[in-house]
Amino acid sequence: MRQDIQLENVSKFYGEVLGVNKVHLTIPPGITSLVGPNGSGKTTLMNLLAGLLQPTRGRVIVCGHSPDDPERFFRITGYATQYDGFPRGLTGWEFVHCYLRLFGFSPAETERLAWEAIERVGLKEAAGRRIAGYSKGMRQRIKLAQAMAHRPKVLILDEPLNGLDPLARAETIALFRELGREGSHVLISSHILHEVDLISDQVIMMSQGYVVAEGQIRGVRDEISEQPMQVLIRCDKPEHLASQLFHHEQVVEARVHADRAGLVVRTRSADSFYKLLNQIALNGVTIESVAPADDDAQSIYGYLIGTEESTK
Amino acid sequence: MNPAQLNLWKRQILAIVRIDIARTFLSKRGLWIYLLALSPAVPMIGHSLSRETDQLGNDAQIFAGIFQFYYLRIAIFFGCVGIFINLIRGEMLDKSLHFYLLGPVRREVLIAGKFISGLAAAITIFCGSVLVQWVGMFMHHPTDLLWAYMFNGPGLSHLISYLLAAALACLGYGSVFLWAGVRYKNPLVPATGILLWEAANGVLPAMLKKISVIYWLKSVCPISIPAPKDNGGGVWNLLIFDIDPAPASMAIANLLLLAAFVMIWAGIRARRLEIGYGTE
Repeated sequence: MRQDIQLENVSKFYGEVLGVNKVHLTIPPGITSLVGPNGSGKTTLMNLLAGLLQPTRGRVIVCGHSPDDPERFFRITGYATQYDGFPRGLTGWEFVHCYLRLFGFSPAETERLAWEAIERVGLKEAAGRRIAGYSKGMRQRIKLAQAMAHRPKVLILDEPLNGLDPLARAETIALFRELGREGSHVLISSHILHEVDLISDQVIMMSQGYVVAEGQIRGVRDEISEQPMQVLIRCDKPEHLASQLFHHEQVVEARVHADRAGLVVRTRSADSFYKLLNQIALNGVTIESVAPADDDAQSIYGYLIGTEESTK
Repeated sequence: MNPAQLNLWKRQILAIVRIDIARTFLSKRGLWIYLLALSPAVPMIGHSLSRETDQLGNDAQIFAGIFQFYYLRIAIFFGCVGIFINLIRGEMLDKSLHFYLLGPVRREVLIAGKFISGLAAAITIFCGSVLVQWVGMFMHHPTDLLWAYMFNGPGLSHLISYLLAAALACLGYGSVFLWAGVRYKNPLVPATGILLWEAANGVLPAMLKKISVIYWLKSVCPISIPAPKDNGGGVWNLLIFDIDPAPASMAIANLLLLAAFVMIWAGIRARRLEIGYGTE
């Protein structure tokens, strides 16, 4: 049985309006972030993956199962949507517990799994309260508990960090990492790009219904060869270092960092530049650290789509 | 189809029924349906308390009139609109239908579970109300007379017929409004059309009469209501009498067939059901 998620030439149109177009992806286990601004097609793609939408063209296969076979498919997938709707009148416990019954577990197993999920998202104390009285962050967490209560192999989460306070965000990110380490697929959408670096093993970048890049963040960055790489060099004499670098053709730009304790260099060839830097370091400049400054999702998205859209 | 599969479907249907009953029919939201169902009981109890008549036969006629003209055509009709249209469309408005669709449940099983939960609630409410109305209507008569009417006369069989008619009304109108709820984004428009069609049933040609729920329900009712003495007939008679009444067994079979047909149609239709509360 295949363990990856496959989207084969998937398109979805709402009448004449494009949702996503010609998406061809293979997603391995681990944490994958779906990145793009509002309206880029993330939710459509997630709804297609979770079987809430049917593709106009193409097909979706999750760990060997199609959404057309719900009895198998939904045992291995869990989906926390971004919809903030809940069945009326239910407590957090009732919400998780009642939908678990659909899986046909025994009453004792259903109860055990419901409590396990609620504890995992830290809502044990509030489980007896009605969801209508929950904060936004609590509603996010109870949705997460409901999605993961049956221990799915594939967890799809649409904007799961929205509305969480910093502590809850950190705890939730730790939970995602734990699930990723356990071998699950955790597919997360986000339009907040700096979150993605913290969480993801790989990214899928979307714009206007198309996948514009996919893979590990560093790998995606390496593929954007026409865009000079940025390197941040922490050193004791940034102005002196800049003057030495200007003469070399690999260096497109060098500017002193705002804190005046480093230099930001843009270069066409990272490998050549690192060799050059080794030589300069021997000429009296003390270099504390060298690190890529634009292999984060925000920068990559900016290069691929344009700065304006990436910062929406 | 193996026993384990059937057992799973049974458990899933039971789970859906429990969820729906608990959160829809035991909530404040459903209060108006209870009031609608119990509304005929109020004048009946009032009638009993005021002792307007001592004739048990007259009371049976009054009961039949209220049952046929108000209870079946108005109370159960609108009650079923409220219950069955909301089974699917109401969940979409609440943005909570996807929780069902994300479970390992075949769409056909989901529709069956939803319909059964609606039917269970409707039958409990409306048949329960028939019992309350019956007690309310006849409670002022002497016990021995009532006993004789119920167990030595036609009382018990009439009551069973009314209960059966109410249950079949829930089944028939429930099927129609399940169809409307699955088929239309705004099911109140077809519901209005159905109301007019059912109201016009008496004046329709014989063939068209049969394409309605009320035609078959009238066949199950135990008493034909006499036209008022000061009325020359006309429209009143058209509403009361059927030139070509159907046997009760055929009425039951046809309403069961209608329900089965709608369930199959809705199950097939639900396979293509998509969630798009507010798509990007």
